[in-house]
Amino acid sequence: MTYFLRRAAQALVVVIGVMILTFILIHLVPGSAARAVLGVKATAGRIAIFNASYGLNRPLYVQFGEYVDQVLHGNLGVSYMTQQPVLTEIIQRLPGDVLLLGVSTVLALLIAIPMGIYQAVRRNRLSDHLLDGVSFTLYSMPDFFFAIMLIALFSVQLRILPPEAPPAQSLTGMLADPRALVLPILTLTLVSVAGFSRYMRAAAIDVLAQDYLRTARAKGASERLVLFRHVLRNSILPIVTLVGLSFPGIISGAVIAEEVFNFQGMGLLFFQAATEHDFPVLLGCTLIIGVATVVGNLAADFAYGILDPRIRHGDA
Amino acid sequence: MATHELPAGVGVGVAGVGAGAEQSGNERPGGQTALRAWLANRRARIGVGIVLALAAFCYLGPLFYHTNQVTVELNSATLPPGAGHPLGTDGYGYDVLGRLMVGGQSSLELGFAVAIATTVIGTLYGAIAGWAGGIVDVVMMRVIDTLLAVPGLVLLLILVNIFAPNLLMIIALLTALSWLGTARLVRGEVISLRSREYVQAAKAVGGDSWWIIRTHLVPNAFGVIIVSATFTIADAILTLSALSFLGLGLPPPAADWGTMLTDGLNYLFDGYWWMVYPPAIILIITVIAFNLVGEAIRDSLDVRLR
Repeated sequence: MTYFLRRAAQALVVVIGVMILTFILIHLVPGSAARAVLGVKATAGRIAIFNASYGLNRPLYVQFGEYVDQVLHGNLGVSYMTQQPVLTEIIQRLPGDVLLLGVSTVLALLIAIPMGIYQAVRRNRLSDHLLDGVSFTLYSMPDFFFAIMLIALFSVQLRILPPEAPPAQSLTGMLADPRALVLPILTLTLVSVAGFSRYMRAAAIDVLAQDYLRTARAKGASERLVLFRHVLRNSILPIVTLVGLSFPGIISGAVIAEEVFNFQGMGLLFFQAATEHDFPVLLGCTLIIGVATVVGNLAADFAYGILDPRIRHGDA
Repeated sequence: MATHELPAGVGVGVAGVGAGAEQSGNERPGGQTALRAWLANRRARIGVGIVLALAAFCYLGPLFYHTNQVTVELNSATLPPGAGHPLGTDGYGYDVLGRLMVGGQSSLELGFAVAIATTVIGTLYGAIAGWAGGIVDVVMMRVIDTLLAVPGLVLLLILVNIFAPNLLMIIALLTALSWLGTARLVRGEVISLRSREYVQAAKAVGGDSWWIIRTHLVPNAFGVIIVSATFTIADAILTLSALSFLGLGLPPPAADWGTMLTDGLNYLFDGYWWMVYPPAIILIITVIAFNLVGEAIRDSLDVRLR
């Protein structure tokens, strides 16, 4: 139990750290928010009024205290550009992201786990080398280039899939046009498969060298039983942590994919906010993403701790 | 550039001692074994071969193949491959082959610069945290957890907006984001090395912390450090290309493969394939090469895989 409590306490510290970090980042250049919104010709008076109305003229520690207070009350501020509450903007986009990231991650696991085990079993044979080459190339390819190649193939050459994600922000609106979801999901899936399968292959090779496998084979267990009961179950454990740790990478991929496919998700919202210096939106997105990452890692650690007693009783 | 490769191989030899010691307690398969295993690795040979060829292409190429990469020549823009321009010209009239050489210099230099800076900072930070232990370690690691919780690209997008991007600034920003992994790895190594007998012995003869870190811990953690540095080069080159794609890369007139690829993609559907595939292929091959070298070093350090 102390293991779980200690991990939860660590996570809380990190969440507070993320709040401090985002706050510092956004305030590295005070005044530019007013310039960005009002334009370079804004007079000093108008900038002062803008700063006063958004509370940007007060000491930083006062602003931070207020910021924490507001966040705890669910208020992430108001977008400079749209004058909408940031939380509303994020919540509108969240279902789309859960759909995009959730489906692509699950698909990636469904492909990568069998692929990694297959490669480990057929290690150094032709099929292993071929799959290795594919995943290595995917892994080494810029996400945006891969996404655009998919558009070139499926939308321009074959003309079977639309090159843009559904324009809707709501889940029902997106699901009404499932064909438009294929390419964004496919992009993120294949990018994740590359990383996951390489990891899975290494984990399975590790397990294949263990003594208990020799024991299992020696007592006459069929190869199928060995693979499912021993190799799969033991090598799948690290994948739990890997998925938690991959979360930031998946988000980075999503920013790119959403920009390429004009997918109305948080990544696109964030990118637009970054180009428009819309600090409340940047702050809100970073905070939500950071907290989601911490919670994801915590969930992965808990799952791992429950599945593997060595972790919660060890000195880790 | 070629000189960067040799120390890497030698370094692995040194590193093999530490990794070997870790695997088998008192028995140390000498550094020679790790070095030999690494050289025998086909992936390592292919990876190093490609990196050397790329370095020669980017740095020696311009000595023999003279092109104008400074002034825009719209009269000769978007020419298909042919006489005078083996890979055609881009939308500004720059010769694509020549630009690949010049752009490669920025990409490779950025990769190496980020890797070196990352290695130095990450190694020091990780070694100090791991060696100090206790509350210092806890605080230092929570700082890393915090920075790792925010996706690198997200942080970069904010930072690039705040600081105007130029080569040095991008190197600094990429370093600021990539030393975290190295620091974690080195800390893990140092914690496992800390309880070794030779480290305890060094402590017993009165060695101070800094001396032990320098002479025992860092050299023995060299394997993981080199592996992570190699992967950092690949990641940095890829991240730079992603930044270029988002319009936040190196400002003109600087050239890099990511910017070339991004500019080229605007013309892809006009049929100007020569602006897209050459930078894409060379970029992917470069990243693959560094990943191959890194994996080969990692495998050569793992005695179970030999």
